[in-house]
Order: sequence, then C-alpha cells, then structure tokens
Amino acid sequence: MEEEVHTGEINREAEVAPALIAVHPLERSIALALGYELRVFDFEMDCAVPLTDEAYSPCHSDAIRAICFGANGRLFVSAGDDKLVKIWRTDTWHCIRTVCSDKRVSAVAISHDGLFVTFADKFGVVWIERLEEDDQGQASVDKKAVPLLGHYCSIITCLKFSPDGKFIATADRDFKIRITIFPKGPLKGSHEIQNFCLGHTDFVSCLTFICPLDCHQSFLLSGSGDATVRLWDHVSGQLLDTCDVGEKAGLLDSKEKVEDSLAVTDINALPDGSFVAAAIQGLHGVMILKCDVPARRLFIAKFVFVEECFVPTSLGLSSSAKLLWVVMGASNVSKLGVSKMAQLRVLSDLDKFLSNEHGDYPVILKDKDMPGGEKLLLQFQGSDHVTKQDAALAATATAVKVAMQNLLTKKQYSLEKRDFRKRDRNDRKFKKQQF
Amino acid sequence: MSKNDGKATQGKRQSAHLPRKRFYRARAHSNPLSDSHFPIPISPADVDYSSHYPHFLHSSKNDPDEDDLLPKIRFADIGCGFGGLLVKLSPLFPDTLMIGMELRDKVSEYVKERILALRASNPGQYENISVVRTNSMKYLPNYFCKGQLSKIFFLFPDPHFKEKNHRRRVISLQLLDEYAYVLEVGGIIYTITDVEELGDWMKFCLNSHPLFSAILEEEIEADPVVKLLASATEEGQKVARNGGQTFYAVFRRIAPEDPII
Ligand SMILES: C[S@@+](CC[C@H](N)C(=O)[O-])C[C@H]1O[C@@H](n2cnc3c(N)ncnc32)[C@H](O)[C@@H]1O
Repeated sequence: MEEEVHTGEINREAEVAPALIAVHPLERSIALALGYELRVFDFEMDCAVPLTDEAYSPCHSDAIRAICFGANGRLFVSAGDDKLVKIWRTDTWHCIRTVCSDKRVSAVAISHDGLFVTFADKFGVVWIERLEEDDQGQASVDKKAVPLLGHYCSIITCLKFSPDGKFIATADRDFKIRITIFPKGPLKGSHEIQNFCLGHTDFVSCLTFICPLDCHQSFLLSGSGDATVRLWDHVSGQLLDTCDVGEKAGLLDSKEKVEDSLAVTDINALPDGSFVAAAIQGLHGVMILKCDVPARRLFIAKFVFVEECFVPTSLGLSSSAKLLWVVMGASNVSKLGVSKMAQLRVLSDLDKFLSNEHGDYPVILKDKDMPGGEKLLLQFQGSDHVTKQDAALAATATAVKVAMQNLLTKKQYSLEKRDFRKRDRNDRKFKKQQF
Repeated sequence: MSKNDGKATQGKRQSAHLPRKRFYRARAHSNPLSDSHFPIPISPADVDYSSHYPHFLHSSKNDPDEDDLLPKIRFADIGCGFGGLLVKLSPLFPDTLMIGMELRDKVSEYVKERILALRASNPGQYENISVVRTNSMKYLPNYFCKGQLSKIFFLFPDPHFKEKNHRRRVISLQLLDEYAYVLEVGGIIYTITDVEELGDWMKFCLNSHPLFSAILEEEIEADPVVKLLASATEEGQKVARNGGQTFYAVFRRIAPEDPII
C-alpha cells in the first residue's frame, strides 16, 4: 500500500499528462481533463459546473488518461493513473459509480446502449462492468469489473464501439488494431475475434468509426506514430487506404518548421466521413482529411495553422454546430512552475469549408466569439494570463511533446538500465521489509 | 511416407553436418513479456514464404497472379524448442507447410540449421518445415490470417509456477481467443506437459473457452499426430528418459453457438 502511494507521487512529479477534451454528443456541455482535474462547462446554463463525488475528493488523485461521453450523452466516464474509473451522470454531474482497477487505466468507452462501461489497463486487459438500471444518482458500492479481452502485454491506447454496437475495436502500442465481436452477454468475455487490422508500422494512437451515408456498413479510421491515417473495412480487416500525413507536412515547410516526429495523436470525424480532423505531434495546427469511401480514398484536404508553438493534444468535434474544439495542454509544466496549463481554440464554419464556399474556412474563433466565451476560458484555461505569452506557449509545447512521447512510445531501456531497474525494485522491496 | 523413412533420415543426419546442440546453448527460459529485437512481419501478407519454403515456391512460380494459390502455412508449433516435432511431422504431411515459432534466438538458429542440414542430406524432403524467431504471444496475428491453421501445437510449454507469473503462460483464456482466431473451424489444438498443475490449467482454460470443445478419446487415439506429442520433441524425450508422467489436452476449434452476424 505504502509503495503505491509512493510511486503515485513520483508519477505526479515526473510524468506529464496531456490535456484531453470531450464534447457532449448533443453539445450540451464540454469536459476537459488536465492532470487529475476534471473541468466541465455547461453550454445550456452557460456556466462552469461543479462535479460532485461523495466518496472521493478530489475525484481523481492522479493524471486522468481517458474521458468520454456515452453515445446518447446521458453518461460520462473518466479514468487514469489513480486506477479509478468514474461514471458520471451528465444532468447532475454526480458520480454514480466508481470502479476500481488493479492497474492504471489507459482507455475507456461506454457501450452504445449505455449498459456497460469498458476500460483498458496497463497490462493490456480490457475490463467490463455492468451499469445497473437503478443507478439513480446514488453512489453505489465499489465493484470489481470482469475481464473482457486482452492484448498480450501491450498497452491499449484506444477503445471504441462500432456504431452498430456489434464490435469493439482496440488499438495498442504494438501497431495492432483488434476487432472483437461484442457479444450479447459480454460479462462472460468477448472471445470471438472478428479481425486484426494490421498495416501500421508504429504505435496506433487513436481510432474513430465513420458511417458514410450511402454505405451499408461503417468503417474505421486509425492514426499512428508512423505518420499515417488509415481507412479500414474493419469487418474484413482490409486496409482500404493510407494517407501519409508526413508527405503533405513536407510541403508545409514554408509556414511550418516540420519537426522530427509526425505522429498522429488524435483523430475526430464527422459521422459521414466528409470531415476528418487529425492532431499531429510536430505540426502547429490541425490537418483536415476527407474520406471518399466508395472510391476507397482518404486524402488531405487542408492544413489549418493555429499558432506558432501550438501543438494540439486532443480534439473534440461538435457535429451539429460544425465546430472543432482543439486543446493543447499538459499537467506539470515544470518549466513554468505551474502544475498545469491548457490552451483552447475553436475552428468554426466547418460547413462552409465542406461546401467549398469561397473564402478561408474553417475560421479560428476569437476568444470572445467561442461558445461559452470568456467564462469558459476562465474555467478551462484559468485566470492566469501568462497563458497568452509566447514563452508560456513554448514551454507548454515542450511539456506536451514529452507527455505524448511518454504516453505513446515504449520506454527503451539499455541492458544496463534494465538490470539496474530490476535491482532497484528489489532493493526497494528489501528496504520496505526491513522497516 | 511412413514413420520408418523418418527414422532412416534421422540415422543419416548423425554422420552428416547436423548442427550440434551444445554450440547453441541458450538460457533455459525467456521472459515472453520483454520486448526483444527481431523483425516482425507487418501482416500475414508480408511473411516471406520464398525464404522459408523455396521448394514450394519454385514449383509454381511461373504466374505471379497465382500468388493466392500458393499453399499457406497450416501447422504451427508454438515454442518449438529444438524442432523435434517439425522433423517428425514433415514426412507425415509432405504437402503441408508447417512452421515452428521460438522465442530464444540461439534455439531458433539451431532449428534453422537443422532443417537446412536435413534438406541438404535428403534432397526433396523437409522442404515443408521452417522456423521463425518470434514471441508467439504477441505476434501470432502478424503471421497467420483468420482461420488459416488446421493444427496448432503447444508441447511442454514453460510452466511459470508462481501465481503472479500465470499471465506469462502461453495458454490462457485470453490467448485462446487468438488461437481460436488463427485456427479454422474444425482445426485442432494439441497441448502436452509433464507438469500436472499446468496440464490441469490448460484443460481448464480450454474447457472454459466457448470456441473450443474436447475431442472424444477414441478420436484422439486414432489421430496419428497424438502419438508424437509425448515422444517427438527433445523435451518429451527428456521426460520419457526420466520416467515422467505426461498430461495432454486435445481440443477442436468450434463455431460460436450464437453468431451475431
Ligand atoms: C520447455 S520448452 C519446450 C520446447 C519444445 N516444444 C519441446 O517439447 O521440446 C518451451 C519453449 O518455448 C519457448 N517459448 C516460451 N515462450 C515463448 C513465446 N512467447 N514465443 C515463442 N516461444 C516461446 C521457449 O523458448 C522454449 O524453447
């Protein structure tokens, strides 16, 4: 127990966590996770909402690594390094359930029927927990989830249900995407693998499903450390197209200094695939792709430059409002002596961009024109107007880079170091026993 | 081809240029959890059949469009060790491609040399077996497509006794999902061990898995491959020499009861 606390503290000191953003599917609210803090802004009430969690304060005690809304927006889930999975009602922002995991949590998802929450741990095991119908705002007893499936010892970076609810897609740091049939009685585990989508040559960081209008099925998009976004027929496992964002990035260098890594860190897409936004590690803006499924094509439509030093860590798409929320942020920006920092931007007029209207679309909104305006920014970015300074932005950018690197790539230890780590761990165990 | 042929070639190899095991001494156990550095095919389409089975490739190479018609690997021996099973299976199923998967570098090198030596001294034979160095617990789907295999073998796998090391075991409920994926419906999984606890564990996992069902005892007895489980491999021979008991489990890959698609 003592050791747990101890390592937890070390992590908070040394490990930076990238900021995450999620938009309510009906655009009622928006959530930002920054370090161990969860911040929510309600658009309908036009104010920040406090979260209530009777059992825990603060609600998370270590970096939050994954957040998401359920398909109908009734539930929200947050989880991370403190090994807690919290399920929230989005009407009251009350925590209705805390599920304890044995290991740190790297990804979460809620099934489309809202009946199950699934989460992946640091051992590559996906767990499932049933959400009872009678969760009427009362925090129920902590329960233990059951294993659903496993990627053998590879950290799962992303977990998504297919739009029809038939499949669960999991991506890992070993280049793999696994498509598993989600059974009717999932508490007995998902044992039937539909397919593996193999083709990426580096870690897979993000997944998103699309359902093009005139197609009878959905398709899967994935982003990876190999600087590509790929389009898959996940039912057959077939790779339909590969879009090399690195290639295009090379053409940007007049405006953009292209840095070493062009890892794709997040993707978001309109359900019909007409608009796919990608956050790319070395690029200071958002890459916009389009997907033409009948032609089996995925191609770059535009690069939207945001600002020097702005490296998005997470994207949140408002489908109906045609807005893209872009956040850059990290906890533990030690260079600035602050514990966390987030920067928010909004790209608007996606519809005008999609209909090829004349003009430079999408547009980056001014702070006051953002939904929620200054109030939201105060809640999400803090009052610190340091955040506006270039130096602050640069420091955040560095922190973000480290955060993403830690999150997505495996630690490479030299042989000596590996031995040293082993010894170190044993030493600690030994000392502990003596005390 | 009969079993006797296998014996004859074995006799010959002693005098020929077979690699000697002592030059390939390796650590007794490898940790399957650690990342090693060996090439991994991006997908099954990238497995280089021409280097593994040149003989099979040359006979049908004329038309590159016939790529799909080339035979695929059908048997996999997981943790093949020094390759005894492959060598015995090769003449029994001369038209079936088989591969051994071995984590330890030196051991897989030994098997490679062994097969090359057998091919050299027995022209036209042993062309259907090969070996790769890989971590089968991580990279099986990189080698085989869905339903590609008809047989998969786990002979005398490492026991990993400690409870906290059970997740290193090569048979687990979760890894069985992957074995079910690479096996065709009707395909067979063969396991054997001299460690009773592990034998119980493997049986328990297979019994609990919805995509596997136990094969009737009569059927098992009639399967010529079953006879090799205890005797074909180096580990099996060692156990036999020491008069150890063995515990096997042979199960069939079945279709799911309630397919949703
Ligand atoms: C006890 S030996 C048995 C070898 C052989 N099957 C026999 O019966 O002689 C187990 C073998 O499995 C190999 N092994 C263990 N884990 C493995 C993994 N994840 N992938 C491939 N081989 C593995 C070990 O290196 C070892 O050679």
